[in-house]
Amino acid sequence: MTDQPAATHERRILGTELLWAFGVGVLVAAVLGMIVFTALTIDINPPSNVERIDPKTLHLSGEFAEQNLGTTVGADGRVTVRAIATQFMFVPHCIAVPQERLVTLRFTTPDVIHGLLITGTNVNTMVVPGFVAQVYTTFTRTGDLLMPCHEYCGLGHSDMWATVQVMPDSDFKPDRDGRVSCAQR
Amino acid sequence: MRNAERLCLAHFWVAFAAFLAAAFLGVWQMWVRSPLGADIGTPGQYFASVTAHGVSMAYVLTTLFIMGFGYFVAVTALNRPLPGKPWAWAAFWMAVIGVVMALVPIVLGQASVLYTFYPPLTASPWFYLGLVLVVAGSWIWCVLMLVAMRGWKRENPGQPVPLAMFGTVANALLWLWTTAGVAAELLFQVIPASLGLVQTVDAGLARTLFSWTLHAIVYFWLIPAYIAFYTIVPGAAGGRLYSDTMGRLTFILFLLYSLPVGMHHLLMDPEHGNGWKFIQVLLTAFVAAPTLLTIFTITASLEIAGRLRGGRGVFGWIAALPWERPAVLATGLAFVMLGFGGFGGLINMAYGMNALVHNTSWVTAHFHLIFGGSAVIMYFAIAYEIWPRLTGREHASLATLRLQLWLWFIGMMVMTLPWHWLGLQGQWRRVANFNYADPIIAGWGPLVIVSLAGGLVLLASALLFVRNLTVLHNSPLPAVQRPLYSLAVDPPRRVPAALNGFGLWNALVLALMLLAYGYPIAQFIITPSPTAMVHRTY
Repeated sequence: MTDQPAATHERRILGTELLWAFGVGVLVAAVLGMIVFTALTIDINPPSNVERIDPKTLHLSGEFAEQNLGTTVGADGRVTVRAIATQFMFVPHCIAVPQERLVTLRFTTPDVIHGLLITGTNVNTMVVPGFVAQVYTTFTRTGDLLMPCHEYCGLGHSDMWATVQVMPDSDFKPDRDGRVSCAQR
Repeated sequence: MRNAERLCLAHFWVAFAAFLAAAFLGVWQMWVRSPLGADIGTPGQYFASVTAHGVSMAYVLTTLFIMGFGYFVAVTALNRPLPGKPWAWAAFWMAVIGVVMALVPIVLGQASVLYTFYPPLTASPWFYLGLVLVVAGSWIWCVLMLVAMRGWKRENPGQPVPLAMFGTVANALLWLWTTAGVAAELLFQVIPASLGLVQTVDAGLARTLFSWTLHAIVYFWLIPAYIAFYTIVPGAAGGRLYSDTMGRLTFILFLLYSLPVGMHHLLMDPEHGNGWKFIQVLLTAFVAAPTLLTIFTITASLEIAGRLRGGRGVFGWIAALPWERPAVLATGLAFVMLGFGGFGGLINMAYGMNALVHNTSWVTAHFHLIFGGSAVIMYFAIAYEIWPRLTGREHASLATLRLQLWLWFIGMMVMTLPWHWLGLQGQWRRVANFNYADPIIAGWGPLVIVSLAGGLVLLASALLFVRNLTVLHNSPLPAVQRPLYSLAVDPPRRVPAALNGFGLWNALVLALMLLAYGYPIAQFIITPSPTAMVHRTY
């Protein structure tokens, strides 16, 4: 490295850096390409419905009033779960869902920020006051899953969780109003 | 650098005192969450402890260390006295008073909102006002760094600003931009709510403003490590910096791309649409570039050192490196942790895949590895490197220094690898205790105990670190004079103005922030969200 003029030498170093930077660019492009590909082909997107609701009045009437909470099967056979996250519980505390059917889950909160995941699934969302959080998924295995609050919501946060009961489709029988509750055990 | 030494040491000791206390709290938290510590402690104690741990590690250790290191660089790299030293001391005392103001309500259980706040939950106003005081002190530091660089440039027209100072000023500017988000959240939303001036708060806006700060702040913490990689480590290894230009470019890329990316912390949030989330994921992917460029440049610099020391062959130079020197050892260990942590980070930012890991132990593992691992081990290395210059005394033995670094590395790996795995199993964050009677949770017990063992090793390392520095203060050996900053293979003689200042880059940051955060913040003004009632926890 001593005999070359400094400028040539500097240019060679820069050349190796640019070559490496090109590799970095390819890597970044590949990662982004996979994200775009899975988003467009198999709809892997985060939950982002941007739907507003007033946390101060949502319990009085409308979609999240007490009588509408829980699992409902619509006339078209679509399964929708509505639940409230509140200090320090989910209402209802047990959610019945069928195996191998598309389920839409809708959550909101009357008080502070919460969040939830369902163990062993890709269900994961924040529940922010002022908004309805919506996710959908297909549960593949029957049995009980945990649905804990995963965002700090106050001193009782650790005791806030619900159960998701995944039933075989044959046991998933809506009543006359199209509602399904957890099996008693 | 008379007196500047006292200034630096004062900052460092406050930082490391907070660090040691927080290390104890961290281990206690892991213990009560493990099967071994069930029924110990109340949720009130636990969340007060988590708040204190987060505030001490993320706000006190980092801010005070970075300020102290900045003053050190401004004096030694620029080789001129620090301008505005009384201001620096005023900023120091503001920060100290702020820390006390924030810690007292935490200890009293009146600020158990964690260091990330979560309005509509609100804590005692003293907690927020204390943190504001710490940040205001750090803003004075930012101004002093800019004044120091400007003064040097005036005295050395056309000369390239020394790389260590260039990185420090990049970090000061980054910090000014970064803190704007949280400052707006605190001043306009949280503090009025805490004081009782308003009864409701827009939680979505608060989360968005905090996300502005939440990612860039981590780069503020990391940049001192990168300054060490570029300007201290190559020389400490006996080599030269491969490319000074790449160092400048790296610091500029950090300034540009660590800010307009914070919304990847909100990927699972309902208040933003997919388009805006995707734009910020796109920008997040770019922030991998400066780190990958750094890995290349520093590895090349170390290769130069290894070959100068007689290393042969493709990998022979690695064995020839002086691993007995703490700065070299710390760099090797930091790179390993950066590798694991960086890989985990790619999954965090991966838009849809984030649903698997959001708010699970995976994330806790990720930032403990990246910040607590890579960055903090370099804080140790920096402290070991500059302490002899601050005290005029030399380490009697490097063995305990190396032992401390190894313990930190082993503890961090043993703690965080199980956390990654538990996160994938769905273990969620921020709980005071787990119900190990539940069959799903029972299976996690053994790994939780392994991670606790890692935590104990980390605590041992933290204690040894403080002991090593205390011992040095009483060492009989006078400091050996040797240059601190590395020479580049081609020392820069002239650099383009764009690589010697930040005017252009500040304008670009503004443009990127308008693109990434303009509408996402404006939407809360265009269509105000229904607000939530304030919940006062004090």
